[in-house]
Amino acid sequence: MTEIRYLAPQTLDEAIGAFAAAGSAARILAGGTDLLVQMRAGVVRPGLIVDIKKIPEMTGIEETPDGGFRVGAAVSGMVLAEHPRFGKVWPGVLEAINLIGSKQVQGRASAGGNLCNGSPAGDSVPAMVAAGAMVTLQGPGGRRELPVEQVPAGPGRTNLKPGEILVGFTLPPRPPGSSDAYLRMIPRTEMDIAVVGVGVSLTLQGGVCTAARVGLGAVAPTVLLVEPAAHALIGSRLEDAALEKAAAACSAACRPIDDKRGTIVYRTKVAAVLLKRTAAIAARRAGGN
Amino acid sequence: MAKVHVTTTINGEPSEFLCEPNDTMLDALRGPLGLTGSKEGCASGDCGACSITLDDRLVCSCLMLAVEAEGHELGTIEGMAQGEKLHPLQQKFLESAALQCGICTSGMLISSAALLQRNSQPSEEEVRFWLAGNLCRCTGYDKIVRAVLETAADMREQGIKEAAQ
Repeated sequence: MTEIRYLAPQTLDEAIGAFAAAGSAARILAGGTDLLVQMRAGVVRPGLIVDIKKIPEMTGIEETPDGGFRVGAAVSGMVLAEHPRFGKVWPGVLEAINLIGSKQVQGRASAGGNLCNGSPAGDSVPAMVAAGAMVTLQGPGGRRELPVEQVPAGPGRTNLKPGEILVGFTLPPRPPGSSDAYLRMIPRTEMDIAVVGVGVSLTLQGGVCTAARVGLGAVAPTVLLVEPAAHALIGSRLEDAALEKAAAACSAACRPIDDKRGTIVYRTKVAAVLLKRTAAIAARRAGGN
Repeated sequence: MAKVHVTTTINGEPSEFLCEPNDTMLDALRGPLGLTGSKEGCASGDCGACSITLDDRLVCSCLMLAVEAEGHELGTIEGMAQGEKLHPLQQKFLESAALQCGICTSGMLISSAALLQRNSQPSEEEVRFWLAGNLCRCTGYDKIVRAVLETAADMREQGIKEAAQ
């Protein structure tokens, strides 16, 4: 039997030291809803498990004085849903995270794990991309920040350097008239993997869209930031022509696979449909802010 | 391999056990702790038969390492009844035959109790979404959902009676 060790450090420095020293045999444990399944299936046999949930920075939710949020990488979906303010400011990010798995999985699974698992279909990722979230990474070489969309490198792969740990997400302050939304297409009503996922974040001032970001999931090797779709919305009153143009930009960005859950043609078409529906929900919410 | 000593609280009682670093909480419950009410269905977090609470939040014990229990409070099906007195959900499941083979039942009860603790008046839709992570291959779910809704109504009525006394 392979020797396996478990560490639950209290500080980030201690976690990074142990994680980097153990090299590729080490795995980070946040909620464990992917890692334990992979271990059970024999896909992963870690020599060292570094549990990051005893590190306050990784498990905290903080509203910054400027109105932004810092969310620790290991904060579970249930804990985020219980926060009194987060879901009011970022309803789209919250609904995306709360679509991951069952209530049992919600009690454990985190946005940090969802991003680092590297699935193109991770539900929280398009919403985080649309939100313009930045991630903080820390490793033996120090601390750095990256936009969320630059983290995934391909299915199951990230751009984290060896020994680096995702510390948390920073979401920017929200101007008045801002909101967001996330929709995914699945063949059933619950507990499934996205065939297409769309996150839209926008700001409306006097009915005119002054800022927008669009994240698109499950239609390419990584989650995409679709800038042409955002450009089609900005400056418009979200009239049909602008929405059609943004929808077409989403379809154009698709580079999906054919599999049992959706064909290339289907995913490409649904990406356009979901963009329009998601933008409508975000706009309705923004009207109330 | 060196075993790890874990000190935790289970159903309100201080508890300690030894486990391997890669044992799941379900392994520890059913093994050294002898609490076999939590069941293993899929061992991959899909079926909910191993549902427990960790600091009052619902989790699958098959998706949690036993070593993670250190310093936390766990709730299992063994802590649901008060001695001989069944929890209202347990009583209602019996009365309305909301179970057949019984493998999913402890998970269904733990999940339903976690729902009613947060929401004393859930709609049928809310019950069905909340229990989406608990699979049952016998009942077709209808009797389970009705039992949860009826228990919620009974508990609300009981709450009103107790408040009036």
